[in-house]
Amino acid sequence: MGSGSSVNANYKYSLQKSENAFKAAVLIQRWYRRYVARLEMRRRCTWRIFQSIEYACEQDQIKLHNFFSYLMDHFTPSSSKERDFISRMFVSGESFKEAELEKYCDYESMEVPDSYTGPRLSFPLLPDHATALLEAFKQKQQLHARYVLNLLHETRKHLKQLPNISHVSTCYSEEVTVCGDLHGQLDDLFLIFYKNGLPSPSKSYVFNGDFVDRGKQSLEVLIILFTFLLIYPKEVHLNRGNHEDHMVNLRYGFTKEVMQKYKVHGKKILKMIQNVFCWLPLATLIDQKVLVIHGGISDTTDLDMLEKIQRNKPRPAQAPSMANRLEFSRWVRQTVQEQIEWCRRLVDISESESEELTYSSMVSLTDLDGPCWTRQEEWKQILDILWSDPMPQEGCTANTVRGGGCYFGPDVTGKILEKYNLQFLIRSHECKQEGYEFCHNRKVLTIFSASNYYEIGSNRGAYVKLGPDLVPHFVQYQANKTAHTLTMTQRISRVEESAFRALREKLFAHTSALISAFKAYDKDNTGRIALSNWATAVESVLHLGLPWRMLRPQLVPSTADGMLEYKSWLDDLAMEQRSQEHIQSSLLEVIYRNRSNLETIFRIIDRDHSGLISFEEFHQTWKLFSAHMNIELTDDGINDLVRSIDFNKDGNIDFNEFLEAFRLVKQSQ
Amino acid sequence: MATGAGSLMVVVPPRRVHPEVMAAGPTASSRRGVASRAAVTAEPAAGANGAVAEIEKKIIEAFEVFDHECNKTVDVREIGSIVRSLGCFPTEAELHELLAKVEEEEPTGYIHLEKFLPVMTKVLLDRSYRPIPEDVLLHAFEALDENKCGYISKEKLVKYLTEEGEPFTQEEMEDMLSTALDPETNTVHYRDYISMMTVDET
Repeated sequence: MGSGSSVNANYKYSLQKSENAFKAAVLIQRWYRRYVARLEMRRRCTWRIFQSIEYACEQDQIKLHNFFSYLMDHFTPSSSKERDFISRMFVSGESFKEAELEKYCDYESMEVPDSYTGPRLSFPLLPDHATALLEAFKQKQQLHARYVLNLLHETRKHLKQLPNISHVSTCYSEEVTVCGDLHGQLDDLFLIFYKNGLPSPSKSYVFNGDFVDRGKQSLEVLIILFTFLLIYPKEVHLNRGNHEDHMVNLRYGFTKEVMQKYKVHGKKILKMIQNVFCWLPLATLIDQKVLVIHGGISDTTDLDMLEKIQRNKPRPAQAPSMANRLEFSRWVRQTVQEQIEWCRRLVDISESESEELTYSSMVSLTDLDGPCWTRQEEWKQILDILWSDPMPQEGCTANTVRGGGCYFGPDVTGKILEKYNLQFLIRSHECKQEGYEFCHNRKVLTIFSASNYYEIGSNRGAYVKLGPDLVPHFVQYQANKTAHTLTMTQRISRVEESAFRALREKLFAHTSALISAFKAYDKDNTGRIALSNWATAVESVLHLGLPWRMLRPQLVPSTADGMLEYKSWLDDLAMEQRSQEHIQSSLLEVIYRNRSNLETIFRIIDRDHSGLISFEEFHQTWKLFSAHMNIELTDDGINDLVRSIDFNKDGNIDFNEFLEAFRLVKQSQ
Repeated sequence: MATGAGSLMVVVPPRRVHPEVMAAGPTASSRRGVASRAAVTAEPAAGANGAVAEIEKKIIEAFEVFDHECNKTVDVREIGSIVRSLGCFPTEAELHELLAKVEEEEPTGYIHLEKFLPVMTKVLLDRSYRPIPEDVLLHAFEALDENKCGYISKEKLVKYLTEEGEPFTQEEMEDMLSTALDPETNTVHYRDYISMMTVDET
């Protein structure tokens, strides 16, 4: 028995110790929770950056399209040669009749050399062919062009006899698996097949569009999907997505991929694919209760109309309503001026001219031998299905961010579900962190199957399985081994780095606009701006809707006095960009801002997808632009221009040389 | 404009997006999170000086990151993340106190910006919930390290953090261990861990 006081002392000591431990624990927990919260904020900001840049890019595409539209409406060809050129340039020969298409894309005369070790397809296709293809693509082999074309021909034949809306029943195969956007990410498709099994008579699949673009193996994805489609026509269903469209493919990489992989036969393959895309069904109905479409719906969605229209018809000539013609012209002028820096002045349109144009455009609109709907109405139905996005608020508004389709609210969903006695919608079209997401009170399910879409670690992919009870079961995955081994912090840092790089590039691309905006806050011309004003200024230029004050620490060096030297900050940005680019130019910024626009223009002019424009093509295009942009240049001037930009003197202009042309002209003005 | 069959690009005049005005109630904003968010244009309290205006803009930005429906409300469970990402280090108990001030009389599970903004502005102006300096954090770890050997065993750390103080959930504990734990020795070398985490912060 120890002395009383030492027992007391021991007791006091251990009491204090446990008090200390408690306090210490609270402190550590408090600190850690704050760390996690910051990480969560960073993750969300990163996501917002990627999304806003992605949608801003889509907007660019629309604006470019509108520019061409304007040119088409107002250019008067001065010779038949020019007229031919224009019609070639802007009408992509979809009027190819079936027989012409088969003749042009003939494959039977193509010989496959003995040295070819890839899969050899024979029709009708068998499951062994599919396995051989999967194996070949895993080994990074390429399917011979002859088989690609053959496959495309057979696919087209098959798709043509399908209705616009496919019907699937869960009583035949117990389960239906629905996959969302794949965007050329073959690894994700492999992963889905690995986890879920290959398509078979007891395993139905619906692939909900956007098979191509962005990812580097769009063609392989397409080949595999078409192969399974032909082997198991009752079990495999494909819906068209907004990326199954040749104009979109020009910008987002699919066209480029095909031409790079098939240098000789790429054109033919693209022509066939273009046609096959038009024949893809628009929607799938599961058990008459679940509607699967790529984008969404609108308040005017009419399934009866959708079932009856001819889905492969070319789009009607675009013309706004008569009442808004002038407004439209004015707006187009304004848009072009904003977006395409080198178009300085635009031709003025007289009122009479516009009235005339309107009349002729309106006439072309009505399809005299069609059913009771106008072409415009039919196309709106398709656009809504392929481009719309759900929104939390009620109502139905035009989807101005995408430029097509609508934003539809929960009331619209409710209305359409009730009208057609449906339980819920499945759609894709939007990347989701977890690969899937419900909205509209679980009546709309978004399913997205391209994991790591923005960057490694950015998001998971998912697919959904439905049984006869139509209760969705989800499987998520992430197709990159590295993503698994990284800690949460590392994953977020990595994606964040990528997002900020993209953001800095965008900032750089707007250097002069930013300088003007900063100067507005710097009346005394000190070259400095308060950090608190930096955020407002940047948003006024970029219009990305990002939380700039949250992002500021990562974009701008912290300063003792809260003031930023903006010129040197922008110089630092420029240095970072210039080191990645060969083109030496003080107008690098202009080129950057318009880079993807210019690339698209290039690809449109480059009709045979050779990666080169001939002098002749360039000449014609230049005349077209300069006539309406009031850039004076004689024929000799154009020839000199052309010769001066052909850097490697091979008689052709490649993309980099093309970019240079615009810099040169702007300088000499 | 004829761009060939099947091309689905459409010509739609862009809608001029109007910045949301604060305190106007739920607005019919066009695009979730993107096009409708112009520069933060909420007008700060009349007569406020520049510093307060700046603080309010920061709070609104942080709030909007978690405002999924673009209607100036956030889920009550996200308030902790918002408060902490604005630079505060509250304990769970302090957080609950703050919540009591910003919740509705009848708790709906949502917090409105108009209630949150003044409370949070005061928090930031008063510099409540101060950050924890590195040395204080170090002392906290040392208090749990009886033998003062520079590391704590996994079992001990788990026991302390999941049973004492404001206990971690299993998920929180696992997350921390994934970065902090040295798998070979099954211990946490807390000095290294702290310096690694603090670098990450900046």
